[in-house]
Amino acid sequence: MEVYGSSGVSLREFGCEQSLLSRPDGSASFIQGDTSVLAGVYGPAEVKVSKEIYDRATLEVLMQPKVGLPSVRERSQEQCVRETCEASLLLSLHPRSSLTLILQVLHDDGSLLSCSLNAACMALMDAGLPMSCLFCGVTCAIDTEGRIITDPTAAQEKESRALMTFAIDSKEHRVLMSATKGSFSVNELQQCIAVSQSASEKIFQFYRDSVRRRYSKTL
Amino acid sequence: MKDTPLSNCERDFLLKAIEEKKRLDGRQTYDYRKMKITFGTDFGCCFVDLGKTRVMAQVSSELVTPKESRPNEGIMFFNIELSPMASPAFEQGRQSELSVKLNRQLERCLRNSKCIDTESLCVVSGEKVWQIRVDVHMLNHDGNLMDAASIAAITALCHFRRPDVGIQGDEVTVFSPEERDPIPLSIYHMPISVSFAFFQQGTYLLVDPCEREERVMDGLLMIAMNKHREICSIQSSGGIMLLKEQVMRCSKIASIKVSEITELISKALENDKKARKAGERCGFAESMPQERITALKMDETPVEMTDVTEKANDIVHNADAPPQMVPSPVVPIPGVGQVGQGVQSTWGLEEDDEGEEEENDNSGEEQDEKVTRMEEEKLESREGDVVEISDSEEEEVVILNPEKVSKNTGYTSHHKGAAATQKRKRK
Repeated sequence: MEVYGSSGVSLREFGCEQSLLSRPDGSASFIQGDTSVLAGVYGPAEVKVSKEIYDRATLEVLMQPKVGLPSVRERSQEQCVRETCEASLLLSLHPRSSLTLILQVLHDDGSLLSCSLNAACMALMDAGLPMSCLFCGVTCAIDTEGRIITDPTAAQEKESRALMTFAIDSKEHRVLMSATKGSFSVNELQQCIAVSQSASEKIFQFYRDSVRRRYSKTL
Repeated sequence: MKDTPLSNCERDFLLKAIEEKKRLDGRQTYDYRKMKITFGTDFGCCFVDLGKTRVMAQVSSELVTPKESRPNEGIMFFNIELSPMASPAFEQGRQSELSVKLNRQLERCLRNSKCIDTESLCVVSGEKVWQIRVDVHMLNHDGNLMDAASIAAITALCHFRRPDVGIQGDEVTVFSPEERDPIPLSIYHMPISVSFAFFQQGTYLLVDPCEREERVMDGLLMIAMNKHREICSIQSSGGIMLLKEQVMRCSKIASIKVSEITELISKALENDKKARKAGERCGFAESMPQERITALKMDETPVEMTDVTEKANDIVHNADAPPQMVPSPVVPIPGVGQVGQGVQSTWGLEEDDEGEEEENDNSGEEQDEKVTRMEEEKLESREGDVVEISDSEEEEVVILNPEKVSKNTGYTSHHKGAAATQKRKRK
């Protein structure tokens, strides 16, 4: 197996807008190519007694599909995002309170889970919640010829043999969460992780730029 | 999560301001907030911003069997989703009173007004018709959800294109957008809902109430009207008595507002059509404001992957080789599998040593016990008056001095000692 040059291995253009909604405590929309997700965060706020955890905050992640009601697919993605957020948020600083993260899919053109993760991280940053590290999501697809494609579109996802999404932390570029589909070898998995780690640096640089722009007070 | 309650001060302030014909955001009584209509990447996706209220509508189509009572009519389905993103008071998956009210009003506004030609949605009479589904998602609640939802829904319906179908004999083929251009829905007119909030039992009236104003209002009047000044639905809620003149005045205001909004919608639709025809990139990504400080965009970036293969190989080589042999399960009886029996213990404990230690411990304890017992007796002789003996022969009440407990190490032996001394004393 061989990794080819730059063809396919690039991130689509991405954009982000923070605090665009007035009601939530933190909100962000993240766009990767045509895929776009809107995220809103409420909290820390009072929690239902049945969901209360005595030593940390309860994090709830809700994902709203564009058409119809949330189904199993949304539930599994909610879980992936929740586990990543729980790993990076310092939940023990807000015991017996609730954090709610709502993700609204605005358009799905591939790499939806990684876009959701990025939107979630930006929204959590906007809400000013204490976190031990930032995280980002990178999706890799392996096509039938064994080439790695980062940030695939919906058409590329459909043609791929395997699809992997990793959440990577900003401190040591370690893998916080992985969600895979399809079959692949150990070597391919390690290659995809290495690609995602180098791609994550670009995304973290984008995070840094957008925060710098936000607090620079000049356009 | 509960909504933040409105304090009495705020309530009084708002009502006082309304009495003085002033509004919090500086609008006049009949003014709408700034409205913005944008479209998504695919057909039938529309965002409406009404001030800070933000609503998204998405139209989708599906081939279904028609209702038996109407075999040659397509089906319209409306769903207003009060996402918890819009307001913390909204809960997911629960039909609240507000969501039922909004859904019903939207249905009356768009389905019962017969603004869409449902007969044109028929493919094969009695067998296949198009079901048009409209999902309206509330993204941010800052009042007047109904108007925003109705504008978003009708604009999305105008923007939507359904796939073309071909019928050959009994076979129905649905063509993809690449094969044949999708077809727009036939829409007769565009009903738009306009909301009026009433205060002080109908004395004061405001158009397009914001969230704060909605909280202090006494009643709400929603008029759905098209640009031909035909009323499609009218609903009054909140239980206020309205005079005939008031309703007439409201319908006059509504007709003006509706013609303004219809013009805005057609302009937005035309702009989008032009952009799509010119082959420009359109959609949500393009409509993102660039001049805002909170927004940033980055162009397509290549990912460095020169050393990826080596890195991956290194990790795979350095990793421990997976165990080649799987311990074969021992099967003592047919039907029972077992793993891990008969293997030497690797815990590094020698049983003999443990036994010795235990013995030592025991002897030590015994010695301790003896010592404490002796001490006990000494103490007992000094503080004998602490022990009380009840009248009854059977029950023995013992009051132990807490200080004594702290002195003695073996608690049980102490207890025994105390009991023994009691008996001795009684004798």
